[in-house]
Amino acid sequence: MTGDRHVDHRPGGPARSVPRPLVVAVLVGALVLTACGDTTSATPTAENTRGDRTPRGEVLVSAAASLTDAFGAIEDAFEDAHPDVDVVLNLGGSSALREQLLEGAPADVFASADPDTMAEVVDAGLADGPTTFATNGLVIAVPTGNPGALTGLDDLADDDLLVGLCAPTVPCGMFARRALDMAGVVAAVDTEEPDVRALLTKIAAGELDAGITYVTDVASSSGSVEAIDLPDGVDVVATYPVATLADAPNPTGASAFVDFVVSDRGRDLLSSAGFGPP
Amino acid sequence: MTNPTSRRASPRPPIGLLLPAAIGLALFVVPLVGLLARTPWADLLDLVTGAVVTDALRLSLVSSLGATVVSLLLGVPLAWVLARVEFPGRSLVRGLVTLPLVLPPVVGGAALLFAVGRRGLVGGPLERMTGLVLPFSTAGVVLACTFVAMPFLVITVEGALRTMDRRQEDAAATLGASRWTVLRRVTLPVIAPSLVSGLVLTWARAFGEFGATVTFAGNLQGRTQTLPLAVFVALESQRDTAVAISLVMVAVSLAVLVGLRGRWWPTS
Repeated sequence: MTGDRHVDHRPGGPARSVPRPLVVAVLVGALVLTACGDTTSATPTAENTRGDRTPRGEVLVSAAASLTDAFGAIEDAFEDAHPDVDVVLNLGGSSALREQLLEGAPADVFASADPDTMAEVVDAGLADGPTTFATNGLVIAVPTGNPGALTGLDDLADDDLLVGLCAPTVPCGMFARRALDMAGVVAAVDTEEPDVRALLTKIAAGELDAGITYVTDVASSSGSVEAIDLPDGVDVVATYPVATLADAPNPTGASAFVDFVVSDRGRDLLSSAGFGPP
Repeated sequence: MTNPTSRRASPRPPIGLLLPAAIGLALFVVPLVGLLARTPWADLLDLVTGAVVTDALRLSLVSSLGATVVSLLLGVPLAWVLARVEFPGRSLVRGLVTLPLVLPPVVGGAALLFAVGRRGLVGGPLERMTGLVLPFSTAGVVLACTFVAMPFLVITVEGALRTMDRRQEDAAATLGASRWTVLRRVTLPVIAPSLVSGLVLTWARAFGEFGATVTFAGNLQGRTQTLPLAVFVALESQRDTAVAISLVMVAVSLAVLVGLRGRWWPTS
């Protein structure tokens, strides 16, 4: 590649008089520029933002990891109802999603697993009037067959068991600690997972003996995880708000999606995933 | 270097190379500047001396150096076998050894979990026989780091072994040196620069390792939470801490890479 046609070229020396690298460099530069230009093509058309109320184009939904299955079902149903819409789900820990939004990541809808996370996005002027659309409870999740032979929340203090919680920075971690505080249990924690799905995966794989997850996570685990109820009096309920974002690239699609989530059809889908009514 | 071309005055670089080179450099420098712009300089000292950061720094140093030592003990013999022993399927083995370079670390972590996790192929019998549980332990972090980092050592050392002038080895053998003596007194000194550069690369990769660690070893302060994991968790709620930890990583990595640059790749 370094121009061995040139007689004066010495091995290892810089190929200064060869024009080919220049051509290559320009071509590569042009390629990079055109590739960058392509990314703008996914934005909705201008007609969409005025007058015409039919949702179309891409609707980018940032949703809490615990909504993975429920919002998957809602996405399918919503796209059936609106064939011109492509819903794209961006799932993750609520607080990670909040950080993305605060840093200016584009999205149309935000659904978080706790009101505080939503409040920070609203306070930053990034979301309008959130609606509570679902509730969720907590359970002790254990691998099927309960190999650690847990009977209740007290067992999470057992040093010989491998116990996981969500990190205290995500809602499922805050709720779990609130529940443990209520019961006066100091858990012997072996790992603090970045989001509830990561925690559930390790429980389902049998690597952890137990963890505290949402009721819906056990419902979605297709039999690899079973639930042990929290003791009476330890009542921690997660409430889920959803809102359209102020700078939504596709505001029509955003409000149509939120309307669908709080509709009877949306409620049904959430309820079959294990969520409670708001 | 002995090549005379590297001694002459540096040529005036053509603009067609300079421009993409500048853009390439900006790609590395701009994010660093972004990090510096967000740095809470006033609180920096308090942040980096907090328990989360010091625990994570200690754990990162222990696990990255541990992974480098394990790689040295296992990787150099592996490189020697790959370079010097002819056997059927050698290119397949070479491919397997370099696979972790290409695999997403999360996949590596999941594969480790399936193999040496408590319900894993090897991990199950291991726990029953020895009571040793690797996931969620510091040893698990070292294992995850070794998995992703050792290929750097193997390919560097193997390359050096294959390209070195073997006549010195032959001469030593002719003079009656045992094969072990030849390895120790001739081969290793000859490949020493490559060995050092391989070790530095291995350490650097292990120091920055995140995906395999969080997937296989979990995340717990003081036990498995290395600096990259601490950054990831802190980013969600304590941005200042996250930025401070990132700066610590940049400082430590730069110090090592620049400090060893002369040995890492020969400078002109």
